[in-house]
Amino acid sequence: MPRIVSITLQNTDTARPIIEAITEDNPGAVVHSFPGIVKIDREGSLIVKRESVESRIGRDWDPQELHLSLVSMAGNVDEEDDYFSLAWSN
Amino acid sequence: MTIDIKTLKVEPRRQTYANIARRFGTDKPASRYEEATLDVQATANFHYKPLWGADHWHFDERRTAVKMQDWYALRDPRQYYYATYNIARANQYQATERNFDFVEKRGLLAVMEPAWRGTVEFYLLPLRHMEWGANMNAADMCDKGYGTAVTAPCMFAAGDRLAMAQVIGRIGLALDGNSGSSLDRAKEYWMTAPEWQELRRLTEDTLVVKDWFEQFVAQHLAIDGIHYPLVYGRFDAEGQRVGGAGVSMLTEFMSEWSAEHAKWADAVIKTAAAESAENKALISGWFATWSRRAADAFRPLAVRVLGEQSGPAAVEEALGNLAARARKLGLDV
Repeated sequence: MPRIVSITLQNTDTARPIIEAITEDNPGAVVHSFPGIVKIDREGSLIVKRESVESRIGRDWDPQELHLSLVSMAGNVDEEDDYFSLAWSN
Repeated sequence: MTIDIKTLKVEPRRQTYANIARRFGTDKPASRYEEATLDVQATANFHYKPLWGADHWHFDERRTAVKMQDWYALRDPRQYYYATYNIARANQYQATERNFDFVEKRGLLAVMEPAWRGTVEFYLLPLRHMEWGANMNAADMCDKGYGTAVTAPCMFAAGDRLAMAQVIGRIGLALDGNSGSSLDRAKEYWMTAPEWQELRRLTEDTLVVKDWFEQFVAQHLAIDGIHYPLVYGRFDAEGQRVGGAGVSMLTEFMSEWSAEHAKWADAVIKTAAAESAENKALISGWFATWSRRAADAFRPLAVRVLGEQSGPAAVEEALGNLAARARKLGLDV
């Protein structure tokens, strides 16, 4: 049975570059737009890379800033200085 | 009874402004930076040529010899528009204020060795006049430049330069107990001290450069590329050994700013040079002239601060680093 991880972000000016970075870095990710929020699903794992976001917003970005736009997520979190990733570890 | 809350999804008729959508070819949400920047400047239907320069229109691509297919290619990697710029600078200004409080409370300027205190007054305080010159230059680039993508950040840079002149002024006041006498002395150094005359000439010569892109290369790449590493890098390091840590704290904004400013200047010059061989040759020529001049102008000051041996070596090192940076931008050095 496929195991889907997902992340849901607000659809705001701050989150849009993050959403763009996620869709670029995670081939096969499915983006669902809802009123005000965007839910991204992917089978297996999903990663938000610091440098991909930084290249879009043109300033230093700490993966912890993700939490300011985060609505919900599904998966086990692995948070590092350079990325934030979700996966099902078992 | 159960209440079913339904959400209704209303698709906006448009995701962004028509001019932005035309530029990107699709109607997708654009960032605030893009919306505040792209194609904002007027391009046509001017009624009269300006009295102050009747050979050109108010906004005219021919005020520089550099040619761009699209002037909006010269984007700012920091993505500054009014709000982001002000938020960033307000935070930095708060940090600067706190540093002033800290240095004042602990009397950090008083622990400097007296000889170095005199040196700081000599090398740092007159720089406020040079910053003012840089402010005029940046405002002039904004005035004559073409396309909001490059002119808006020029105006931001102009504001920054004025701020730095003020920070230097406040350091002077902190040094002389708010009497302003050190600033009077600094003005005298600027006007008469032999170590400052080449720098004053350099500043005054850049004020009258007609071609705004040449002015950009001269100020933001060549002069700043020597000025900041030398003054806030080498001179500052020299001061560390003689109790100058207070000065380092008060000039922290400058070192932080110069790294950020360089990112923008580099991006603009790199894009313009990559546009055509003609641009590249022009910009490389300007860079060669002005970087050499900047190094020559800073040398006497470096000798005064670092000594006969280390002074010229420090300038050569700064020039070498600057040349390496220019090569990375695609210039012929």
